[in-house]
Amino acid sequence: MSARLDVKKTYKLYIGGDFPRSESGRSYVVNDAKGRFLANASQASRKDARDAVRAARTAFPGWSGKTAYNRGQVVYRIAEVLESRRDQFEAELRSSEGVTAAKARDFVSAAIDRLVFYAGWADKIAQVTGGANPVAGPYFNHSAPEPSGVVAVVAPKGPLLGLVSVVAPVITTGNTCVVIASEPHPLTSITLAEVMATSDLPGGVVNVLTGSVAEIAPWLASHLDVNGLDLTGVTDADLARTLEESAAENLKRVRRPGLEDLLAAPPLDRMTKFLETKTVWHPMGL
Amino acid sequence: MNSTASSLAEATASDAALRRFLHGLPGVDQVGAEQRAAALGTRSIKTTAKAFAIDLAIRMVDLTTLEGSDTPGKVRTLAAKAMRPDPTDATCPPTAAVCVYPDMVATAKKALKGSGVNVAAVATAFPSGRAALDIKLADTTDAVEAGADEIDMVIDRGAFLAGRYLDVYEEIVAVREASKKAHLKVIFETGELQTYDNVRRASWLAMMAGAHFIKTSTGKVQPAATLPVTLIMLEAVRDFRELTGQQVGVKPAGGIRHSKDAIKYLVMVNEIAGEDWLDPHWFRFGASTLLNDLLMQRSKLKTGAYSGPDYVTLD
Repeated sequence: MSARLDVKKTYKLYIGGDFPRSESGRSYVVNDAKGRFLANASQASRKDARDAVRAARTAFPGWSGKTAYNRGQVVYRIAEVLESRRDQFEAELRSSEGVTAAKARDFVSAAIDRLVFYAGWADKIAQVTGGANPVAGPYFNHSAPEPSGVVAVVAPKGPLLGLVSVVAPVITTGNTCVVIASEPHPLTSITLAEVMATSDLPGGVVNVLTGSVAEIAPWLASHLDVNGLDLTGVTDADLARTLEESAAENLKRVRRPGLEDLLAAPPLDRMTKFLETKTVWHPMGL
Repeated sequence: MNSTASSLAEATASDAALRRFLHGLPGVDQVGAEQRAAALGTRSIKTTAKAFAIDLAIRMVDLTTLEGSDTPGKVRTLAAKAMRPDPTDATCPPTAAVCVYPDMVATAKKALKGSGVNVAAVATAFPSGRAALDIKLADTTDAVEAGADEIDMVIDRGAFLAGRYLDVYEEIVAVREASKKAHLKVIFETGELQTYDNVRRASWLAMMAGAHFIKTSTGKVQPAATLPVTLIMLEAVRDFRELTGQQVGVKPAGGIRHSKDAIKYLVMVNEIAGEDWLDPHWFRFGASTLLNDLLMQRSKLKTGAYSGPDYVTLD
């Protein structure tokens, strides 16, 4: 009997619920922690970024229109599916980052816990950041947070926990997003996209691009149909500055944090930065 | 030339002669037409050529609103958009025309006064065309008297499919007379004609009856304009000019929503009919949402940043 051929996986992009190759046809080599060849990943171009923004915009009305409770359930479902595939993620983390088995288990557990954490916030954030305002008149006045729209996110290193930490807070509140995965470790991000594709998350809510941050991010920063920009994963200070400047063109909400410890308790501003406050006045109507 | 003119005249002498002529036209190679249209759609049009194509496409748009819910306000808004598609940029050209129902012609005409943008009216019991001839003619006269520069008529698809070609022919001739000085566009509703052969026959029939333009669809039936159908119509106008010396325009309408699609059509016009048709006088797009996409692409070329639907008007 002849030897069985390996079924090698082609890592593609995740746009609008599909897994297309890059429009440019390019790919780049991803090495493991010891510098050996691991796989080829798609190298996204500006046109892939454009398509991803279009997909995210199309998904926005449906996703932001769901009840907060329902969005929380969907995010929780991602955690469930991730839990059931934890072995695969542990193995991928060990080969791509060269961490020990115990460390890989910790990272996967932290990513799952992070999803559950944000799922719980879905229907509580409005009570914390909104509320009834006392005003000097016989009016009922209240404020409620609303999602901004399409948010472009540059994910930090740490392919699983990094991606989950930046994506979950953005989508839980009703935004849709386009994420540029960590450039040296894109594979786990695409495997995570497979989890999202099979866990009730509507196509287009999360779109994952792999490739060069310096190449793709400027197009997202200057895109007039993008409403927010999370620069967590941009390490080059000059690039971050340029991106922030082009984001100013249409007053995008920009989050540019300093170094963050991903394993620490996550800050609330990951969610609030991409929320806008709507305030309504009512006559008391007694 | 005289002999061809007289042979065309003979062809319309009786129902039988007309059927003989139309059925004598060479059949369309379906696979070939679709392949050719698809192949032309793969041409890459970039930078300055793309900028030229986008501006040309804007000048070719018949900005259309054909809804039961049209109000004078909506027609005026549309007219303003036709005259200045991008109010922030004076170099952006106006569209060719505004296309409305006959009762909105007067409103559109007033709003467009002195702008050079034409008013086109859909007449003859649009979109079904199911009414008596005198009603269709009254509909046409009504639009012309209100000041329409162009009349978009629909053919009687029922008569055409039943093989009563002479009825269809005479109806087009009558509507053309009723249109007086207005340009006549003849809509086939290709989505209802079943075969490409029928599209070719309808094209010849309308051109022989004196149509100034042949138009694919009303936009109310799916599929509307497609590349292969437009290709067949472009071949027909090319052959008709070769035979008679008369040039006829083509207007695909319905379902063209993106700049990329519009550019594919322009490539096809250039390759099939020829450069002479690359002019708003001879080629039009019947569209409403296409214009916004063209404007967004135009702004992308100018500013280098992708634009979004928040920066163009909704209608």
